[in-house]
Amino acid sequence: MTASPASAPARLLRRALRAPEADRANALPAGAWWLWALGLATAASRTTNPLLLGLLVGVAGYVVAARRTDAPWARSYGAFVKLGLFVVALRLVFSVLLGSSIPGSHTVLTLPELPLPDWAQGVRIGGRVTAEQLVFSLYEGMKLATLLICVGAANALANPARLLKSLPGALYEAGVAVVVAMTFAPNMVADVVRLRTARRLRGRPTGGVRAVAQIGLPVLEGALERSVAVAASMDARGYGRTAQVPAAVRHTTNVLTLGGLLGVCAGTYGLLAAQGAVYGLPLLLASLVTAMAGLRLGGRRSVRTRYRPDRWGVRAWLVACSGAAVAAAMIWAGAVDPEALRPGVVPLTAPVLPLWPAAAALIGLLPALVAPVPPSNRAVADRPVRRGKEQA
Amino acid sequence: MIRFERVSVRYEGTERPTLSGVDLTVPEGELVLLVGPSGVGKSTLLGTVSGLVPHFTGGLLSGRVTVDSRDTRTHKPRELADLVGTVGQDPLAHFVTDTVEDELAYGMESLGLAPDVMRRRVEETLDLLGLAELRDRPIATLSGGQQQRVAIGSVLTPHPKVLVLDEPTSALDPAAAEEVLAVLQRLVHDLGTTVLMAEHRLERVVQYADQVVLLPAPGAAPVMGPPAGIMKVSPVRPPVVELGLLAGWDPLPLSVRDARRGAGGLRERLADASPPEAPGAPPASEQPGAAVPVRTGVAPASGPGSAAAPVPVAAAERSRPGRLARLLGQGRDRTGSPGTSGASATPAADPVTRVDGLGVRRGRVEALRRVTLTVAPGETVALMGRNGAGKSTLLGALVGMIEPTAGTVRVGGLAPARTDPRAMVRRVGLVPQEPRDLLYADTVAAECAAADRDAGAAEGTCRALVSELLPGVGDDTHPRDLSEGQRLALALALVLTGRPPLLLLDEPTRGLDYAAKARLVGVLRGLAAEGHAIVLATHDVELAAELAHRVVILADGEVVADGPTGRVVVSSPAFAPQTAKILAPQEWLTVSQVRGALEAGA
Repeated sequence: MTASPASAPARLLRRALRAPEADRANALPAGAWWLWALGLATAASRTTNPLLLGLLVGVAGYVVAARRTDAPWARSYGAFVKLGLFVVALRLVFSVLLGSSIPGSHTVLTLPELPLPDWAQGVRIGGRVTAEQLVFSLYEGMKLATLLICVGAANALANPARLLKSLPGALYEAGVAVVVAMTFAPNMVADVVRLRTARRLRGRPTGGVRAVAQIGLPVLEGALERSVAVAASMDARGYGRTAQVPAAVRHTTNVLTLGGLLGVCAGTYGLLAAQGAVYGLPLLLASLVTAMAGLRLGGRRSVRTRYRPDRWGVRAWLVACSGAAVAAAMIWAGAVDPEALRPGVVPLTAPVLPLWPAAAALIGLLPALVAPVPPSNRAVADRPVRRGKEQA
Repeated sequence: MIRFERVSVRYEGTERPTLSGVDLTVPEGELVLLVGPSGVGKSTLLGTVSGLVPHFTGGLLSGRVTVDSRDTRTHKPRELADLVGTVGQDPLAHFVTDTVEDELAYGMESLGLAPDVMRRRVEETLDLLGLAELRDRPIATLSGGQQQRVAIGSVLTPHPKVLVLDEPTSALDPAAAEEVLAVLQRLVHDLGTTVLMAEHRLERVVQYADQVVLLPAPGAAPVMGPPAGIMKVSPVRPPVVELGLLAGWDPLPLSVRDARRGAGGLRERLADASPPEAPGAPPASEQPGAAVPVRTGVAPASGPGSAAAPVPVAAAERSRPGRLARLLGQGRDRTGSPGTSGASATPAADPVTRVDGLGVRRGRVEALRRVTLTVAPGETVALMGRNGAGKSTLLGALVGMIEPTAGTVRVGGLAPARTDPRAMVRRVGLVPQEPRDLLYADTVAAECAAADRDAGAAEGTCRALVSELLPGVGDDTHPRDLSEGQRLALALALVLTGRPPLLLLDEPTRGLDYAAKARLVGVLRGLAAEGHAIVLATHDVELAAELAHRVVILADGEVVADGPTGRVVVSSPAFAPQTAKILAPQEWLTVSQVRGALEAGA
């Protein structure tokens, strides 16, 4: 509560720490967000403590709320949360119907049990439902849901197109194809909406099987036409231009890539088959390296350059490392104090929030402080004209 | 820069070549305009320059096209990408990435330019096209004019020597079109880019052209020459040229400015005559309301007052002092308190539709606010305003596709959004922006049979309409094989099968040439004379001048002007037709009015 002005170094430090407004130049690489989210997900996979899981969900949710833009892909977070809740519910339903191997003494209810033949021994449908079993399924379901929500957070924060941009040169064109395919789906949805309204204009009901059948063909037709138009545009703008490479390099590329891929197949087979475990792993690794070298060399054929690739600055490292730190702390806590991370269900005990792992989970909030702030919703003022037209 | 040597193109399965005998040279640094009726192969000719014809589209190209001495037969489109920039009709189909800056860089990335060069050129192009504010925006959120500028910018960054544009301004409102044309002008003048452009809306572009290439008919050899010379013989020409020919001006003016300089004499000759009250439409006084010829069997609206309705409105407006007062007065009248003297004439006819304080929200965006509008039988209303002003939304609310969030909409006494579509078909019909959306069937005949069933009309009703609107189209024709104008006519016939007293059209002239437009104007005038109320949303000021009794201008979802066409458009720099601009302050809107007056005076 001192009124004295902060000292000069402190002010400088605070200015340096304050997150700048996000723009193209300081945008965090998509990879940083994914590392952060995967860190949180790894941490979540190490615990079934509902309090810790809740904390992790809260951390991810807070960062999304603080740092997501109003771009279309940012809306996917809500969908992932719903998916998570669905997973929890599903897990509980299955547990109630199919029973569980968890021994328990607190019977909640007893369902009529379906008599099954001998060969289905070990499977049970219906029967006694215990509180222990329900709590166990709830914990497991929450773990899965938390994983999903972490992935959803990465999806909402990082532009998927940018992520594809960081592919190696030889795979770039495949990446573009994927991006174009991804824009295909929303366009088709818009088409369906437009054609349904057009049906209304002809005085036909918009629902029903017949409506879907009649709309289907024009929608596919429209989607196909659009793809052809985009392909023409890409062609006219130099997509797929290749550089002249010496024949030797070309052949080497082919041999390396093909050989590498074959090796990967053989190695994987070796790993999975019972007797090949000795040579499986080394073969797999060696052929992976070969395939990578082939791809690398193949990149020479592509003349592409990259416009303003994302830069890994201090902030990107901080974001990525905060996720890694959470994961590391949780793994370490799992080794030191497994009881706290996996609260017992037999006998039933109230879960306790372990202090140190919880504090470590809070490190995941760092991005909400250091990541550049997305600009306020200035795009709202200029509304999406075209989309409006299509709905009309 | 571009040389065509005895070029002809024939597509698979067609009897005659789409293009033949094209022998042209487009010199460097010129803006060359390609004109001609629909379907003469303008797009094909443009496609040969970028190599998309025949490498991408198929078909057989004979002869030779060279661009900067690169032969398009041996160079694929991607190998011409550093030389030719192509922008097609629909900018949305052009975009590969999702933000403005990435889109500008895409072409350069493909060509493998160095990162610092790319960065510099993107910044230059952002400034050149005035896109700097939009650099981080997702492309889907931009307006039509902005998208078109991004599309042009995205092909400019690799510094092509040739720019090929297919109808760059057709989908744009007048202001956005000027934006785009100003950019093209600047490219030609400052950077020496060669521009080859096809465009139907000649009134917007012809004055910027250095040369005009006319494709007179499918398969006919093109004619190239200076714009004034070609315009004299062209089957398609803008109003300013029509007026120039009518008045016998020499040299032929191509811009409003040139025409105004020579228009003094014409203005004097016209000083005594006065433009007809309801512009474009046959003067209402000549139509005794009860004797309206009912051709398509529309119920003859509602007694004698109906067809004459527009005129009293116009007369009433005359007596008011200022424009603002008139607008305000009009607004009051339409909310249902006819306090002033002249306005009492309007409600005499039962309105076909009455919109009261209509508001529509989409998410957080208020697409329409407090819109109040009535349309009387036989009246034609043009809705104008920039892209995204809410024109299509208003039409959507009238037809029941969009539920109002505030206020009421009544069409024939019913709320459209709450009524069964099968009942609405007989009260209101909308021809959407893309008439193709209305067509599902494989043949015209099947389409007609379905329309009769949908509307509960007698068998053959629709087919009769089609024969009238679209003579010479066989039953077995696939709707997809029709031209843009024919498809519009077919959609119009389908909609008219239900005999709706209220007919709505959304951008009906997009992609139509002058001949198709003239046919459309004739058809719509006939319908209005039969007592159909027509509301059209359009950017085409010439169409509004030809057709509309009343113009309603929307901006940001609000009605900012509502009055007789003459009064509203003459004073507006953006919405005035060329004839009005040339002959201002006299209130002539179309060349045909002037012709009529001159003939009457002679």
